[in-house]
Amino acid sequence: MPKNALIKKVLVIGSGPIVIGQAAEFDYAGTQACRALKEEGIQVVLVNSNPATIMTDKDIADKVYIEPLTVEVVKKLILKETPDSLLPTLGGQAALNIAMELEECGFLKENNVMLIGTSAKTIKKAEDRQEFKETMEKIGEPIAPSLVVTDVESGLAFVNDVIGYPVVLRPAYTLGGSGGGIAHNEEEFIEILQNGLRLSRVGEVLVERCIAGWKEIEYEVMRDANGTCITVCNMENLDPVGVHTGDSIVVAPSQTLGDKEYQMLRSAALNIINELNICGGCNVQFALHPESFEYCVIEVNPRVSRSSALASKATGYPIAKVTAKIALGYNLDEIKNAVTGKTYASFEPALDYCVVKIPRLPFDKFIQAKRTLTTQMKATGEVMSICTNFEGALMKAIRSLEQHVDSLDYGNFGSLSNEDLEEQLHTVDDQRIYVIAECLRRGVSYEHIHEITKIDLWFIDKLAILVDMEKRLKTEPLTKELLAEAKRLEFPDHVIGGWTGKTEEEIKVLRKEYGIQAAFKMVDTCAAEFEATTPYYYSCFGSENEAISDNKKKKVMVLGSGPIRIGQGIEFDYCSVHSVWAFKEQGYETIIVNNNPETVSTDFDIADKLYFEPLTAEDVESIVNLEKPDGAVVQFGGQTAIKLTEALMKMGVPILGTSAENVDAAEDRELFDEILEKCCIPRPRGTTVFTCEEALEAANKLGYPVLVRPSYVLGGAGMQIAISDKDIVEFMDVINRHKQEHPILVDKYLMGKEVEVDAVCDGEDILIPGIMEHVERAGIHSGDSISVYPSQSVTSKIKRVIEDYTKKLARSLHVIGLINIQFIVYQEEVFVIEVNPRSSRTVPYISKVTGIPIVDLATKVMTGQKIKDMGYEPGLQKESEYIAIKMPVFSFEKLRGAEISLGPEMKSTGEVLGISKDFHEALYKAFLGAGIDLPKHKKMILTVKDSDKLDAVEVGRRFAALGYEIYSTRSTCRVLNENGVPAKHINKIEESTPTLLDLLLGHEIDLVIDTPSQGIERSKDGFIIRRNAIETGVTCLTSIDTANALLTSLESADKENLSLVNIAEI
Amino acid sequence: MKAFLILEDGTVFEGTSIGAEKEVISEIVFNTSMTGYLEVLTDPSYAGQAVVMTYPLIGNYGICYEDMESVTPWHAGFIVREISRIPSNFRCENDIDSFLKAHDIPGIQGVDTRALTKILREKGTMNGMITTRQVNPEDVLEEIKAYRVEGVVKAVSCKEKQVFPGDGFKVALMDFGAKKNIARSLVARGCQVTVYPAWTTAEEIIADVPDGIMLSNGPGDPKECTEIIEELKKLFATNIPIFAICLGHQLMALANGADTEKMKYGHRGANHPVKDMKTGRVYISSQNHGYVVKEDTLNRNIAEVSFLNVNDGTVEGVHYLGKNVLTVQFHPEASPGPKDSAFLFDEFINMMEVAK
Repeated sequence: MPKNALIKKVLVIGSGPIVIGQAAEFDYAGTQACRALKEEGIQVVLVNSNPATIMTDKDIADKVYIEPLTVEVVKKLILKETPDSLLPTLGGQAALNIAMELEECGFLKENNVMLIGTSAKTIKKAEDRQEFKETMEKIGEPIAPSLVVTDVESGLAFVNDVIGYPVVLRPAYTLGGSGGGIAHNEEEFIEILQNGLRLSRVGEVLVERCIAGWKEIEYEVMRDANGTCITVCNMENLDPVGVHTGDSIVVAPSQTLGDKEYQMLRSAALNIINELNICGGCNVQFALHPESFEYCVIEVNPRVSRSSALASKATGYPIAKVTAKIALGYNLDEIKNAVTGKTYASFEPALDYCVVKIPRLPFDKFIQAKRTLTTQMKATGEVMSICTNFEGALMKAIRSLEQHVDSLDYGNFGSLSNEDLEEQLHTVDDQRIYVIAECLRRGVSYEHIHEITKIDLWFIDKLAILVDMEKRLKTEPLTKELLAEAKRLEFPDHVIGGWTGKTEEEIKVLRKEYGIQAAFKMVDTCAAEFEATTPYYYSCFGSENEAISDNKKKKVMVLGSGPIRIGQGIEFDYCSVHSVWAFKEQGYETIIVNNNPETVSTDFDIADKLYFEPLTAEDVESIVNLEKPDGAVVQFGGQTAIKLTEALMKMGVPILGTSAENVDAAEDRELFDEILEKCCIPRPRGTTVFTCEEALEAANKLGYPVLVRPSYVLGGAGMQIAISDKDIVEFMDVINRHKQEHPILVDKYLMGKEVEVDAVCDGEDILIPGIMEHVERAGIHSGDSISVYPSQSVTSKIKRVIEDYTKKLARSLHVIGLINIQFIVYQEEVFVIEVNPRSSRTVPYISKVTGIPIVDLATKVMTGQKIKDMGYEPGLQKESEYIAIKMPVFSFEKLRGAEISLGPEMKSTGEVLGISKDFHEALYKAFLGAGIDLPKHKKMILTVKDSDKLDAVEVGRRFAALGYEIYSTRSTCRVLNENGVPAKHINKIEESTPTLLDLLLGHEIDLVIDTPSQGIERSKDGFIIRRNAIETGVTCLTSIDTANALLTSLESADKENLSLVNIAEI
Repeated sequence: MKAFLILEDGTVFEGTSIGAEKEVISEIVFNTSMTGYLEVLTDPSYAGQAVVMTYPLIGNYGICYEDMESVTPWHAGFIVREISRIPSNFRCENDIDSFLKAHDIPGIQGVDTRALTKILREKGTMNGMITTRQVNPEDVLEEIKAYRVEGVVKAVSCKEKQVFPGDGFKVALMDFGAKKNIARSLVARGCQVTVYPAWTTAEEIIADVPDGIMLSNGPGDPKECTEIIEELKKLFATNIPIFAICLGHQLMALANGADTEKMKYGHRGANHPVKDMKTGRVYISSQNHGYVVKEDTLNRNIAEVSFLNVNDGTVEGVHYLGKNVLTVQFHPEASPGPKDSAFLFDEFINMMEVAK
C-alpha cells in the first residue's frame, strides 16, 4: 500500500520525564519517527513535557508543545491544532495510556482524529491482562496460569487454591513493572498486591505462576497492514526470568537456543502479532523452560520500547522509522533499508557479531537502597557493546559503565569465606557476575553455580574463560600469543599491565611491536552479504580492519556521554547531537563515539561515522589512530567526555574549545582560588583535604555546617552537608571507598538563594541567554531544584554582578564554548560556588525557551567564529516574555530503601518544564507535568525539623486556607496550633496506634511535607514516613521552599483555562 | 594445530584446525543463518562445498542428532570464527569438533569470517583449500582452480526406495538430496511418503500411482542433471500434482525450456524475503542455492512467477498455468530457518485433494 493520503497532520505524544523504566529510548524513537514523518511531507505536532529531549526541537517537529502529559492537556491541544491523526506508539507507556483514554472516551472520534499505526483494539488486546489472556488461549499460545484480581481476597484464594507460592504480581498499565514483584509467602503477597492495585491505572493486578529460573527470551518483531511479518532481532537474558529485562544483562542474538527453539519462539511471536493485528514494531517476551520445549508468553508491548531501541542499535534496523512509515500506510517491502540502500525493510537482519547490554543501576547514588534485582526495574540507563565474541562484548560493556570496574576482578568477594560466598551467590543483584567469577576462581563447579543461579552453563563457561585468562596473565610470561588472546577477549591494557607487573604504556608499546591492534568492523544488518553504505563501526582484535578513513574534509570527533545515570542524563546527548549537526553544517566530517543504545546520538545517521565503543582512553585512542581527527570535542558529553581530555591531548588530538589546562583550573581548587582572587570574586571559604583527619580539622576551622565533596564529579556525587564531626567521619569513609585521584573539597555552607547561568564565550565576548533562579535554597543540588527562568527575585543590581562575574570567569578561564556557573546570593552578596567549563543540564531548556541555539553557537565559537559575527549582541540577553520552570522528577518508588530527602547529592532522574507568560501558571504546569495533580482528598501530613518550624506555620496556614486538613506530630502540631493554624495531632510511629503510618496507609492523604534534619542524625521515623509516602504514591516534599512553590501554584491554578505554548514560535 | 584456508585468488586465512585433519579442495560458500549449524552441515545441497558461517559463535548448543537433515553431513569443510568451548543445551549429545572428526570432515576456526565473506561477495563464489600443511599458495592454485562440483546428486541421493507410512495422500518424493524435513512435513500432514532415488524413471513412479509428486532440493548445477530433466518432462505431462523445492524447482524450469545460471554468490541463509505475487505479502524464507532460474527465459504462455526475491528481484517461485504444479526456490521445510512458508505444504495437500 502506498502512503495514506488522508494523513497530513500527525500528533505525536512523547514519553515525558526520564524516570526509571522510561528513559532516553523514547527520545531516540520519537526523534527518528518524527524525522521519518517529515521526510514524507507530514506536518508533525509534538507534545512532550521533557525539555531535555531532541524530539522537542523545532527542527524535529513543526509545532512543539512542552506541556504536561495529561489527558486534559492533550485534549486541549487537539482542539487547538486539529491534527487528523494521532500516532500513539512512540512515547512509551505514558503516551499509549493517554491515547487509549482519549479513544475510550470517544474524544478522538468526535474530533475526527484517526489513531494510526496499531489500533486501539489491538493495544487493548495486548495491554489488558484479561483480553490478552483470552487472545493467547484462542491461538494456543501458552501463558503462565494467572488471574487478574482487583482485590486481595480473590488473589489469596487463587494462590492458595490453584498455583501456590512463589507467585509473580504484575499491575496492569504501569511502566517498568512498577509495583510488581515476586511473593514467596502470604505476607509478601498481600504487601505487593495492595501496592500494585493502587499503582495500576485500572486497579488490576495479574497474579501468575512463578516461572523464575526459565530462560528469558525477547523478539522484536515488525508487521505491516498487509500481514508481512519479520523479526528484527531476538535477545537472550543472561539473568533468567525473575529479573526485569531492563535490569538484566542481555545478549543479542540468543546464544543458547538451537534453531528448533529459536524458530519455535519466532513463529510464536509472529503468530501473536498477526492475531493482534499489530501495524508497526512490537516486543514479545517469552520464558523458555531450560530443559524442554515448554514456553510461556510473558508479555507483549505493542509499541516501540527500550528493547526495540536496543534491537535497532544491535542490528542497524531503524524500528521507529519503519513503524512511522507503516503508520502512514506503507508496506515493509516498500520501505528501503537505509543501511544497505539496496535491500528493503522486509528482511531480517543477520548479525555477524555479538551484542551485550548491561544496565546502569543507581546504587552508587542510593547507598541505602536494596541492590536486589526483581521484576521491578531499577536501572536508570544502559550500555551496549559489540564484539566478535561474547567475552569481549561483556568486557567492553563492563568498562562502558564507568563504575571503576574494568574486569571481572571486582569487589571484595575474595575476602569472603566459602560459606559467605555461596550465600552471596544466592543474592540476585547487580554484582552477581563478579560473585560467579570469584566462585570460578575457587573452583566451584559450573553445575553448582547453575543450580543456584539458573544461569545457563554456556554463560558460566564464558565467565570462566575470562577468569582463566585473568589467571594466565597473573602467572604466565606475557608472550605475543597470550597478549593477543587477552586482547581478543578485550582485557584493557592497564588491567593486563597491572597483572603482569607492567605499566599500561609498556603494554601499549608491546602491542605495537607485536602488531596487536584494534580493527573496526561494520554493523551492516546483513552479515556482509550486501555492501553497506552506513559507517557504523565496532572494534575487535585479531581481525582485518574495514573502516576506511580519509582526511579530505576537516574532521572532528565528538565524545558522547555514555549511559544515562542520575546526574548525567539525556541533556548531554541533546548537546552532543546538536554539536554534531553544527559541525556538519560547517562542512566538517563528524565522528561520534558513544556506547548508549538508548540515545539519538547513536542513531546511524546522526554523525558521518558512528563508533559504538566504550569511552575510555584506550578505546578512544584506537579510533584516533585510525581516524586522525583534526580535533575532539569534550564539552558536550558530560563528565564522561571531560575525563578524556588529558588522554586526548597526550594522543596529540587538539581539544576544540576550552583547553585542558583551563578545564583543570576550574576543577583544581588552588588554581581556581587564584583566579577568583585575581577577579575579586568571593566564594564560600573552604579548603582541600585527602584524609579524614584533615577534613575534621578543616570543618572545625570553617565552622559547621560544611559541604564535603570530591572534585571532578557530576551531579554532586558524594556531596554531603555535614553538621558534626560524626558526619565528616561517615562521609569521608564513603568517598574514600573508591580511590580518589583528586582531593576532596570542604567548604563553608551558606544557605542563600541559588542562581545559575549558562554562557557561551568566544574568548573575548560572552553571551548569557538568561539567569535561572532556584526555588530551593542552597544545599539542594541544582539538578533537584525547581529552576525558574527568568529569575523572579534577583534585583537588577545583582544581575549585573552576575553578568560581570560570568564575563570575568569565562575570560580568566579562557573559555571557548560553554560555561555553567552556579552562584549563591547570600545577604545581597554574590558568591561563586561552582564553575563547569562545559555544557550543563540546563542548556536544552534554556535554548528552547529563549530560542537561542546555545550548542550551535558554542560549536561555531569553537571553530573560530565570534558571537558578534553570528548576529548576537554580547552580554546578558533580553528576558523572554515566557517564564519557564524546570521541575525535577524522581523515581524513588522504584528504589526500595532509598532515602528521598533532597540534599547536595543529586537524586532526580528527569525533569519537566512548565512554560507560560504567567509565573503561576508556569509553576502549576510544571507541578502537573511532574505528576503532582492536587488537591484530591485535601488531607496532608506536615512534620518539620526545628529550624523550619516558623516557616511551617505559614505553610500550614496557606494549606488550611485551601481547605486542607493538616495532621502533625507533637512538636510541629503544637507550634501550628499556638500560631492559630488548625492541625490535628497524630502519633509518631513508635507511639501507640493510630500513628502517622496508619494514616498514610488509609489512602486518604494527598501530601506529606517532611523536612528532615541534616546529617546522619536524621530520625528513623521520618525515613519510614517518607518511604511509605513514596511507596503508596503520595506526593512527598522534603523542603519548605518546594512546599511554598506548590502552594503558590495551587492557590492560583486555573486548571480549566491553561494556555498552550508552541515553542517553535519563540 | 594451525590450519589454512587458501582461496583460488591466492588469499590465505590462517586459523586453527577443527574436525578431521585432512586436506580438502571445494567450493567455498557462506551462510548467514545465526542458528541451525547442524541443519546446515547435514543439508545434502552443500555437497562439494565448504561452508563459511558468518555468525561468529558456532557450536553453542552442541549437536542434537535428531536435528540432522540427512543421515550424514555432506560438507566438504566447515569454516568458522569460533567454536564454543563447551556446548550447552538440554538435548545436546555431542560437540561440533567431535562430530566433524567422526564424519571425517575438516574444518578451520579462528578465521576472520567477515573478511572472507566480503571477498566472496565481491569476487563471487570461488574454490578453496583447507589444509594443515604450510604450503606455498602458488603451488596449489592450479589444483584449487581446477576443482568442479560434479556428480553430486547421484552421490547424495538415497540408493533405494524408502516408505514413511501414513493414511493420507500417497506422495512420491524424488530424492535429489532431500532434507529430512521435507518428508517430515508431509508425514506430519498425514501423507504416506515414498522416497525414490534420483535416477528413478517417470514410468516407475507413475506405476506406483501417487497422489502427488514432491521434487526435492539438492546440490550442484541443475543443468548437469540431463537425465532427470527428461523424466520430469514426462511427470509434468501426467497432471499429477507436483510440488518442487530448490533444485527440484530449477529442474522443472529446465524441463519446461527455461534456463538457469550460476549466481555470483548465491543465497544461503535464513532471512531472505520472498514476495507472494498474488497477495503482495512477504515471507521470510530459508534459502540455499547457488543457481537460479533466469526470469526472461520462462515461457510466459506456460509459466508465471509466483514468488520474487525482494532483495535482488530473482525468481523464487513458478506457477505453471493450467497445471497443478507449484515450484519454489526457497525452503518451506525450513530447518534451519523460519517456518513462515510451511503453508505451501498445505497448498500441496489442497492440490492433491482437488485433483482426486
